[in-house]
Amino acid sequence: MYAFTYQKPKTVAEAAAALAADGDAKVVSGGQTLIPTLKQRLAAPSALVDLGSIEGLAGITVAGDTVTIGAMTKHAAVAHSAEVQGAIPALAALAEGIGDPQVRNRGTIGGSIANHDPAADYPAGCLGLGATIVTSKRELSADDFFTGMFSTALEDDELVTAVRFPKPKRAAYAKFPNPASRYAIVGVFVADTASGIRVAVTGAGGGVFRATELEAALTAKGFAAGSLDGVTVSSDGLNSDIHASAEYRAHLITVMAKRAVAAAG
Amino acid sequence: MQVEVSLTVNGAAVTATVEPRTLLVQLLREHLALTGTHVGCDTSQCGACVVHVNGASVKSCTMLAVQADGASVTTIEGLATDGTLHPVQEAFREHHGLQCGFCTPGMVMSAVDLLQNNTSPSEAEIREWLEGNICRCTGYHNIVKAVQHAAAAMRG
Repeated sequence: MYAFTYQKPKTVAEAAAALAADGDAKVVSGGQTLIPTLKQRLAAPSALVDLGSIEGLAGITVAGDTVTIGAMTKHAAVAHSAEVQGAIPALAALAEGIGDPQVRNRGTIGGSIANHDPAADYPAGCLGLGATIVTSKRELSADDFFTGMFSTALEDDELVTAVRFPKPKRAAYAKFPNPASRYAIVGVFVADTASGIRVAVTGAGGGVFRATELEAALTAKGFAAGSLDGVTVSSDGLNSDIHASAEYRAHLITVMAKRAVAAAG
Repeated sequence: MQVEVSLTVNGAAVTATVEPRTLLVQLLREHLALTGTHVGCDTSQCGACVVHVNGASVKSCTMLAVQADGASVTTIEGLATDGTLHPVQEAFREHHGLQCGFCTPGMVMSAVDLLQNNTSPSEAEIREWLEGNICRCTGYHNIVKAVQHAAAAMRG
């Protein structure tokens, strides 16, 4: 690791001010992606701004049909939350499938979505459920928040503070993990929501995206795995690497979508 | 830049001056000479470095020492009491849940965390929980057996 300075602000405003004052500063929340990145010297921030001492950023509240998860809430807390399990079981299951138990004890939802790894799980849950990302400046729909590989709409001095999930009628996440890294080669989150059927895909492209062909088929023919028979997703622009070709990933998107629809019931 | 951190390690108050880039595992091994916590892969995969921070198992190679400021940390050295092995340690010894022993501290710390949240894990739950702990010798069979026996011993 290259050397950096360290700040531990007590409020979101102090953290935002620290980021505004130093364009090369980076936020650390759980650090499960950032610290390995620093160790490989793939990043060299001048300073780390640690959100660990800011009160009120962690926690889960369920009010009516909305589940709000604070940015610093750890994956394990979401996975084991009886409230999340009750309101959106697919989201609790998604959290339980991230990394391994020790990673889930440190990694946070805010860190995951702000990083927007193209194979991360939470972006698929956010986009699939039509979540609202609450930041230190504004509120963004998940559709507007995720802009591309490791890219989001966040400005340099803007922090995720919470994510609001509307409770769907039914939803499920199906992941085809890389057998070694356990990252999604393809992960598909399907949700039957008040504003329509949504299908979000991670692992397959440059960032999370909606499979509009599958959404259209499920909307036209009904929310059932059979509605996706014969429906294909284009491999144009999908990832091709030693783990899977673009064509294989395209095929897997329909397969995993069918499994998710079947699991959602 | 140097930062002072104060934390509790195995029940004792500890203060150290570290660089912000110092990892928790470096603080434990190099500053406090607690070398029972191992560094295996150093890339968050293998789990040889697992310790407990505020009761939850974490990979100490993937946490900064400054992030542990104010926390209570337990390492493998803190498990035994008055010379009596923790039931999980005893089960690993009794059922030979190791060969070379390099992964063992992390395996034990991880298993202790599992059993404090799930007193009767199934074999499948044990294997799933140990996803973040890699052993290249045993094939895991005796490790799983040891955790099952530890669970039974701790249930009494």
